[in-house]
Amino acid sequence: MDQKIGVYICSGCGIGESIDLDALSAVADEEFQPAKRVVHPAFCGEEGAGLIRSDVDAGDINTVVVAACSGRVKTDVFVFDPMTTILERVNIREHVAWCQPAGEDDTRMLAEDYLRMGIIRAQKTKLPAPYQEEIDKTILVVGGGAAGLQAANDAAAAGYSVLLVEKEPEMGGHMAKWNKSSPTKPPYQELEEITINELIDQAKADERITIFTSATIEKIAGAPGMFDVTLNNGGGTHRVGAIVLAAGWKPYDATKLERFSYGTLPDVITSVQMEEMAKAGKITCPSDGSEPSVVAFIQCAGSRDADHLPYCSAVCCRASLKQSVYVKEQNPENKVFIFYKDIRTPEQSEEFYKKVQKDGTVFIKTDTAQIAIGQGSERKLSIEAVDQLMGEPVLVEADLVVLAVGMQPAVLDDPILNLQYRQGPALPELKYGFPDSHFICFPYETRRTGIYTAGCVRQPMMSSRAGSDGTGAALKAIQAVELTAKGKAVHPRAGDVSYPELFLQRCTQCKRCTEECPFGMYNEDEKGTPLPHPTRCRRCAICMGSCPERIISFSNYSVDMIGSMIKGINVPDEYEEKPRIVGLICENDSYPGLDMVGLRKLQYAPWVRFIPLRCLGSVNLVWIADALSKGIDGILLFGCRYGDDYQCHFVHGSELANTRMTKIQETLDRLMLESDRIRLEQMAIDDYEKIPKIIEEFTARLQELGPNPYKGF
Amino acid sequence: MSDAQRKVLVVGGGISGMTTAIEATEAGAEVVIVERNPYLGGRVVQLNQYFPKLCPPACGLEINFRRIKQSAGVTAYTLAQVTSIAGAAGGYDVTITVQPRYVNDNCTGCGKCAEVCETEIPDPLNFGMNTVKAAYLPHPMAYPFKYVLDPSIIGTDEAKKCKEACPYNAIDLEMQPTTVSLQVGAVVWATGWDPYDATKVDYLGFGSLPDVITSVMFERLAAPTGPTGGKILRPSDGKEVRSVAFVQCAGSRDENHLPYCSGVCCLASLKQASYIRERNPDSKAFIFYIDVRAMGKYEDFYTKIEQDENVTLTKSKIARVSKDPETGSPLVEGEDISQGAKVKQTVDLVVLAVGMAPGTASVKPDLEMGYDDFGFVTSPGDSGIVPAGCVKAPMEVAASIQDATGAALKAIHRTLGR
Repeated sequence: MDQKIGVYICSGCGIGESIDLDALSAVADEEFQPAKRVVHPAFCGEEGAGLIRSDVDAGDINTVVVAACSGRVKTDVFVFDPMTTILERVNIREHVAWCQPAGEDDTRMLAEDYLRMGIIRAQKTKLPAPYQEEIDKTILVVGGGAAGLQAANDAAAAGYSVLLVEKEPEMGGHMAKWNKSSPTKPPYQELEEITINELIDQAKADERITIFTSATIEKIAGAPGMFDVTLNNGGGTHRVGAIVLAAGWKPYDATKLERFSYGTLPDVITSVQMEEMAKAGKITCPSDGSEPSVVAFIQCAGSRDADHLPYCSAVCCRASLKQSVYVKEQNPENKVFIFYKDIRTPEQSEEFYKKVQKDGTVFIKTDTAQIAIGQGSERKLSIEAVDQLMGEPVLVEADLVVLAVGMQPAVLDDPILNLQYRQGPALPELKYGFPDSHFICFPYETRRTGIYTAGCVRQPMMSSRAGSDGTGAALKAIQAVELTAKGKAVHPRAGDVSYPELFLQRCTQCKRCTEECPFGMYNEDEKGTPLPHPTRCRRCAICMGSCPERIISFSNYSVDMIGSMIKGINVPDEYEEKPRIVGLICENDSYPGLDMVGLRKLQYAPWVRFIPLRCLGSVNLVWIADALSKGIDGILLFGCRYGDDYQCHFVHGSELANTRMTKIQETLDRLMLESDRIRLEQMAIDDYEKIPKIIEEFTARLQELGPNPYKGF
Repeated sequence: MSDAQRKVLVVGGGISGMTTAIEATEAGAEVVIVERNPYLGGRVVQLNQYFPKLCPPACGLEINFRRIKQSAGVTAYTLAQVTSIAGAAGGYDVTITVQPRYVNDNCTGCGKCAEVCETEIPDPLNFGMNTVKAAYLPHPMAYPFKYVLDPSIIGTDEAKKCKEACPYNAIDLEMQPTTVSLQVGAVVWATGWDPYDATKVDYLGFGSLPDVITSVMFERLAAPTGPTGGKILRPSDGKEVRSVAFVQCAGSRDENHLPYCSGVCCLASLKQASYIRERNPDSKAFIFYIDVRAMGKYEDFYTKIEQDENVTLTKSKIARVSKDPETGSPLVEGEDISQGAKVKQTVDLVVLAVGMAPGTASVKPDLEMGYDDFGFVTSPGDSGIVPAGCVKAPMEVAASIQDATGAALKAIHRTLGR
């Protein structure tokens, strides 16, 4: 595209009173000679917006640079066809006029640098050419239990072809083996029939769903829109577009719970065995086949226990309440004891808890991990515990003890999907083996694009929730294929049509990109050359930051672009005593934070030029070298919190940036500069009150260090 | 099929409704959101942090607002309510009434109107714990980013002053309620929840003792955009709060109030204990609970907070909160169930972990939906109405979003006539 730039400088919202706009216009005119340059009191108004639009429509310009308010606002006004027109928003309102004293030289110089950087960014932007290949929209669902069946049926009902793979000969998962389910309908007191067969029948009847039972996955190669799924035992290879992993859970191995004598005393059984017995028609003691008249349930058998499963398995309280009903139904004279830490019956299931209490089940609060089970004297078994409410030991004898064992994800020791990814065959786990999302706001996030988890493989959950979880995962899978078909990114940069392009002739096979991509976008050939799979890409540009050869670029984001913007900053000589700081900041959290600083009219030193980045992980070290060798006095980086509770939506971008900054020492030594000239701050979106103070402290430190000796070179 | 039939109406622009709208749009649907407040985001906007990560809700909201801005598929009406819905799955005629904002699309957010406005109103965002100008931006990150004029000043000189101060002709004092008619194929009902009215549990002192507040108010006290700029100060005297008693199940698990468990309050109080603990190393939190319900991996968060020796958890039933005659501070009394002893604790501030009542408990729309005794929406079967989020059951944010994502696909099904 032959760029024809229009520069539109707004004087409204206090900008005109704050900044010398003649001088700002002169910077545009003299340094960049744009095709158009207009100053107007409100480009967001009908008249102002009309001016820009008519210039675009007339073909006078194809690149719009609006120097006005934040790019976060008025997005419905400044909107042009992204396939034909480049738009750059230069924030001289929140980031200059609203946070700097009006009429000062330093305020003007700040605005001038922002305009220079904005025009350079626009100049370095190319029109996007989306990555579009022939794609397949079939959804693969792995697991035919409650979550998987629901995902398959719901994707099919929306018109998508589905491949449903189940490892067992029959579908239905754990639920098919259950007797009843706990109440889900008002008045939340009666057990309900298992309805999984309806879902199975629906799936079997739907011609869009192809079912493979007794089937496992040998491997999955490819990327969203073009995954090739090879089944074991001659099941063939099938192309799919997105994947729902609903492989379910397995019970915790009760033999590890030695104190409970599981495996040595035959009448100590697990909740899974209890369920199967109830479904078979009769609850009996395994030792002699007699019907138990006293049954004890031990909650948190392995769960909420640092030596076993530290987490709560979420369903066991309700499962034991349900099974206590089985015991009473078998014989109303039967006695039931439930030993618990806390009874966890959230939401409406509290009603069921109350009913079971009323029906005479005895609840004993105790640290169940300390319970000892042995041979009984009057009955088969004895249970010793400390009743925490009475504050004294209790001894209960029972005929049958049921251990409410916890849940572990099915992927714990088997990756199941067998992904042909350089970073490994499994979905990366979050904690305790569950490949769950780390993000509260985005519970379907995984670190493998186009692959979503649903049901108990994701986190412990009730069967009713597993079903709705399957529906949600199916929707995400549909989104993935629809956006991929258009060459667009999925969340969090949904709609982005740029993608990384590699100039491989200069690749040195250092493997940093293939290792550091949080989403496993790159495979590798045998020499270590990256093999990009653009539809796996989430467009964070962490690979761009990682590459020492600077061969990774996006149409609208590149090492050269940001480097050129930094080089475009006007650096006064040292005698003027005007330090210059480059601020490299996360565009999702720190940029809005800076907007808040402006909105609240908090002031900060005029020395920093902030550059919003897709992610701090995209910071390439050459930018730091560029800045320092140009005479910039310091570099501030604002990125998301990292560590266990990281907030980076690209997983570890800010942490990677921090690691890279520790590696810049070599460059600093070469330039004979102090490491204090670089400072990375972890900054949440609501930490904006801290920004002025951070800048003040950093400026003070730079003053102690003195000006960068490279000024003027 | 016509475009109108493919359209989805989402009633409620909180985290559930927004999620359903955005997720459906990114799967190819066209969605209209109707939101009662002048901004999107609902109750999560009023939260300081989410458990268990202790991260600010604004971060995820910002991503979601960006998704709305870059997509052409979402139309949002704020200050709006649905007045009628008629029809069946695949074809509903909907009427929406939009209340006047008195500020039009010309608004740049420059704040000139607020500068000249002298009238102040109780800040709705902060439950009236402070005041705000009657020409106001609902909160600094509000979407849409537009000021609002409170109806109370319309017709006064104050309103005229605001209008004259606006350089962009953005204030329209003649604005009237408008009616919008649409045709949609499916309706998602996501009107969320209300905090249970704490004055109904009068023995806990809310309404009579100034230093007894609700958990939702405490979120505002801790928030940087709250009435105290994030400093946790006592309402009665502005003194820094050093000790807080959290009374769990304030209204929940109680036959006289909300018989069900509100699901999120245990974790919310554990989180709020961290607010007070991080501000002052000597501060103390006392949590009085029946059972601590930290499901799944939230258990890790419970374990973490429980290890703090300045956080005391007591299995108890609180019978009374009164004014300690000696100190004037709130006195919490009840029974310590574990020790068989009495609870008697004077603290600077009492926070009532109030339960969640579904929006549909007070307003039951005349739609093909069933309700349980508590007002939660039960499974609506095959109608074109799809409930999402806390109208179905008390849910934490992650669960609401999970549910709302599924609701997006169910709504798409309904538009397809399935």
